[in-house]
Amino acid sequence: MPIRTVMKANEAAAWAAKLAKPKVIAAFPITPSTLVPEKISEFVANGELDAEFIKVESEHSAISACVGASAAGVRTFTATASQGLALMHEVIFIAAGMRLPIVVAVGNRALSAPINIWNDWQDSISERDTGWLQFYAENNQEALDLILIAFKVAEDERVLLPAMVGFDAFILTHTVEPVEIPDQEAVDEFLGEYEPKYAYLDPAKPITQGTLAFPAHYMEARYTVWEANENAKKVIDEVFAEFEKRFGRKYQKVEEYRTDDAEIIFVTMGSLAGTVKEYVDHLREQGVRAGAAKLTVYRPFPTEEVRELAKKAKVIALLEKNVTFSVGGALFQDFSRALVNLDERPKVVDFILGLGGRDVTFKDLDEALEIAQKALNGEEFDEVNWIGLRKEIL
Amino acid sequence: MAESPFKADIERVQKEYSEKMTPGAIAYIPGSSVVNKTGSWRVFMPEFNRDKCTRCFLCYIYCPEPAIYLDEEGYPVFDYDYCKGCGICANECPVDAIVMVRETK
Repeated sequence: MPIRTVMKANEAAAWAAKLAKPKVIAAFPITPSTLVPEKISEFVANGELDAEFIKVESEHSAISACVGASAAGVRTFTATASQGLALMHEVIFIAAGMRLPIVVAVGNRALSAPINIWNDWQDSISERDTGWLQFYAENNQEALDLILIAFKVAEDERVLLPAMVGFDAFILTHTVEPVEIPDQEAVDEFLGEYEPKYAYLDPAKPITQGTLAFPAHYMEARYTVWEANENAKKVIDEVFAEFEKRFGRKYQKVEEYRTDDAEIIFVTMGSLAGTVKEYVDHLREQGVRAGAAKLTVYRPFPTEEVRELAKKAKVIALLEKNVTFSVGGALFQDFSRALVNLDERPKVVDFILGLGGRDVTFKDLDEALEIAQKALNGEEFDEVNWIGLRKEIL
Repeated sequence: MAESPFKADIERVQKEYSEKMTPGAIAYIPGSSVVNKTGSWRVFMPEFNRDKCTRCFLCYIYCPEPAIYLDEEGYPVFDYDYCKGCGICANECPVDAIVMVRETK
């Protein structure tokens, strides 16, 4: 029987890792994801998880150890956040290029400077061009489920890419919510044993991994990563469907909420989606035709689903906790790209908010709505808006 | 110059070395370094004086590549496709039959 209990997202991530039975976990503690390796080392020390827990001296070593273990042919897992993920950056590319299905739990946190341990998405968004799959959890249950899903997608033969699952720092990592822990047997059936087909150590069959590629081959190698990302779109749908069948919880790449007759659709990711859904309910009571959508999967970017979503709205308001300087947010670029060649397309307005753990309140969303309504009424509007900015101290 | 004893290996690898991209660009066939000629970045090349050579094999033993093989009479033959010009052979040669000269080609 699945156990219903209460836990933090960090614990949920550790539990997901335990259920997935990785053979190697290499981790370095960093706020706010420290509890993940702590909990896993506890599982390993108690004999509840038969795995090698490698204590490393930095995140660069953590991901390097994971790359080594994964290349040797075992399931691997690690957790990190912010500067830790940034320190992994170099090896993050290598993991994707070598097509190693490592799963990393990311407690989404702001990047320095100034030093800030609170939530935004800048850390994992900064890794969006590495070829990794990216999932964003709205609540603690999703943090657990998406890690299991990430393993299944990453290890699919058509994909073979590493994946990161983001859950918002402190908003999720340190808050307690009801979480259902699935049965070990059910997870075993869902995930199966990891059997590497390409990359593994076998003295009888020597191979060279992480080779040098001359200009004649490098481009093709990178294209295979592109292709794997394209394949992942279909695989993710399949895995979501299978997950729903087995565990009863439905996931979609783009989850829509009250979008059917919406004029303005707020699009966001992560824990902010919960706030936005509530805000949409609040707007509907006032007769404003608003809807919400959440991106559960950010990489591969769900272009088709986004185009379908765009057909329903006159204005798409993007609420994002990251900045691409002089451009807007990352979602703004992705949405603009997805919609640019459509004959009929909604206006896209970008809102940067909640950076470095700033609370996003209904008041902030009201501010966003006002600008979105300008766009809806054909008035002039700014494409990129910083919401909740304390202009008086600038 | 005598034929390279690795000729058959080179041809085999060239034939078997799949042009098809593997996931993660893994090289499955050992010996891809045979295909990639590594002598191109040499700055100094060994020049061999056959008259001084005593056929002691030291150059052959110490060549780290190995880009030196022996002909039928036991004299060293340098494979300039793979010689990186490290100069170890010249250093080891007890009779100075090998001298490193700047690559002029």
